[in-house]
Amino acid sequence: MSEITREEVQHLAGLARIALTDDEVTSLTTELSQIVDAIATVREVAGDDIPATSHPVPMANVLREDVVGETLTHEQAFAGAPSHDGERFRVSAILGEEQ
Amino acid sequence: MAQAPTDLTRLAGYELAGLLAAGEVSSVEATQAHLDRIAAVDGEIHAFLHVNDGALEQAKTIDERRASGERLHDLAGAPVAIKDVLCTIGMPSTSGSRILEGWVPPYDATVVARLKAAGLVALGKTNMDEFAMGSSTEHSAYGPTRNPWDTERIPGGSGGGSAAAVAAFEAPFALGSDTGGSIRQPAAVTGTVGVKPTYGGVSRYGAIALASSLDQVGPVTRTVLDSALIHDVIGGHDPHDSTSLKREWPSFTAAAREGAASGSLAGLKVGVVKELDSEGIAADVQARFQETVQVLTDAGAEVVEVSCPSFEYSVAAYYLILPAEASSNLARFDSVRFGLRVEQQGQTVEDVMAASREAGFGPEVKRRIILGTYALSAGYYDAYYGSAQKVRTLIQRDFDAAFEQVDLLISPAAPTTAFKIGEKIDDPLAMYVNDITTIPANLAGIPGMGLPMGLGDDGLPVGLQLLAPMFEDARLYRAGATIEALLADRWGGILTTQAPALRDAAPSGSSATTAGGAA
Repeated sequence: MSEITREEVQHLAGLARIALTDDEVTSLTTELSQIVDAIATVREVAGDDIPATSHPVPMANVLREDVVGETLTHEQAFAGAPSHDGERFRVSAILGEEQ
Repeated sequence: MAQAPTDLTRLAGYELAGLLAAGEVSSVEATQAHLDRIAAVDGEIHAFLHVNDGALEQAKTIDERRASGERLHDLAGAPVAIKDVLCTIGMPSTSGSRILEGWVPPYDATVVARLKAAGLVALGKTNMDEFAMGSSTEHSAYGPTRNPWDTERIPGGSGGGSAAAVAAFEAPFALGSDTGGSIRQPAAVTGTVGVKPTYGGVSRYGAIALASSLDQVGPVTRTVLDSALIHDVIGGHDPHDSTSLKREWPSFTAAAREGAASGSLAGLKVGVVKELDSEGIAADVQARFQETVQVLTDAGAEVVEVSCPSFEYSVAAYYLILPAEASSNLARFDSVRFGLRVEQQGQTVEDVMAASREAGFGPEVKRRIILGTYALSAGYYDAYYGSAQKVRTLIQRDFDAAFEQVDLLISPAAPTTAFKIGEKIDDPLAMYVNDITTIPANLAGIPGMGLPMGLGDDGLPVGLQLLAPMFEDARLYRAGATIEALLADRWGGILTTQAPALRDAAPSGSSATTAGGAA
């Protein structure tokens, strides 16, 4: 039985940048333990001699000519942005008071 | 049931395209007929998240080009529905998520651009589980889609909207995306046809990424030939997608036409995957499957049992690899360049990101992001993600060994008929095993097709899955079209002709249902 604690879920949520509510942390703690138990079976068959596959069709160094391709205009790139000044995306402060 | 032959929505896509090419029907008429059908039944089905208000204008342009004598593509003027996972200029593309509500992309997905270039007319965007995470379309942020065969039931997922749209005659053609079965499983439970191409056979550029090593865009239709026609338009190398395969593909349309005409499977060796014909498959699905095996045998196919022992671990491997890739892909929803921003005075950008993602993502998306973050975190990476990648190798080896013995593999496309809306929504693990039959193909990258093989005990559709070796998509179309024709002969027409009638213009949110099964 995998024991995933509330603190672990809170830590993972921090890494994933999701401000979970207390109720969500509670339900995810239970669900994640169950799911991890179910999927941990992959360890049973993964011997040291078996290579890992990350991609169904192996390909390497897919490159194109180093020339200017199709690009978006500023207007297109900003069209869906929550906030911008016409040249840059606008965000709130990077550093908080205590930093 | 008797339908007036003038009802353009009841025609197969290839039939409608034939009338358009011959000038017997205009694109405006064909498009209007489908828009009318959407207006009549989509309040109840909810296959569409957005209907294209420019569709008739685009249809008119096609008609004018045809009238002027321009030589157009065989499918020019035919309407098509597009899964909301695909980016479309001029139409919102939300991937079923609140975090992208109202977002209109500045570019078209390559598959969308190719449909446009061929002159197909986009009817709108179809509903889906949020970011394609689900098997029922219940995880859409915009409410579930209902199965046209029984509106209390799910249409499968994640592409339930596209499957329901073609099953309910709201569109002759649609696009889907298949990461673990999201084209083939909805096809199974709605009595329709869907194909997951060989990985890299169709461009992923402009498909909002779920799991990049598994995702593949493909056709969703009512007939095998219609899927082939769409596959021929959208497939082929795309320099915008670095995983796109540089190869010459045969005509899938020609393969489907040959298959439909032959009526014989003589010389074809077919393998039944022992591990996908197990106790997890419902009795009525097993019964239809055995009957279908008999139909194949009668048509001259040699059917043998093959074993793929590592398939037992495929769901587990999938639910490590998918969340790991998804947690990385979905990091782009950071409230900076597009999508929702939830912000309070004095917050840092990190607080704003966390608050935006909390508000914008639904429960299944959060669950999988947290799971993926866990699987990739230091100390667990080798045990979980690393082991899952090894299972992927074992599954590829199982397929390689099986395809040394046979030309094609078959299994049920889904373990059960459509379940009721709400039945599994609170049990993630019960939902996850719905994809047990379809997941191995995504892990290995091979092509697969879902097509109808009859009705279950409850009068609901049951689907057959065909799997072919890597790059052998044409084999699916040839055999699939033969099987479809053999079954249609027994049924007196393709399965969707047996779907119950839907009530016109049912009020939105109505819980009214049509009479359970087919006549």
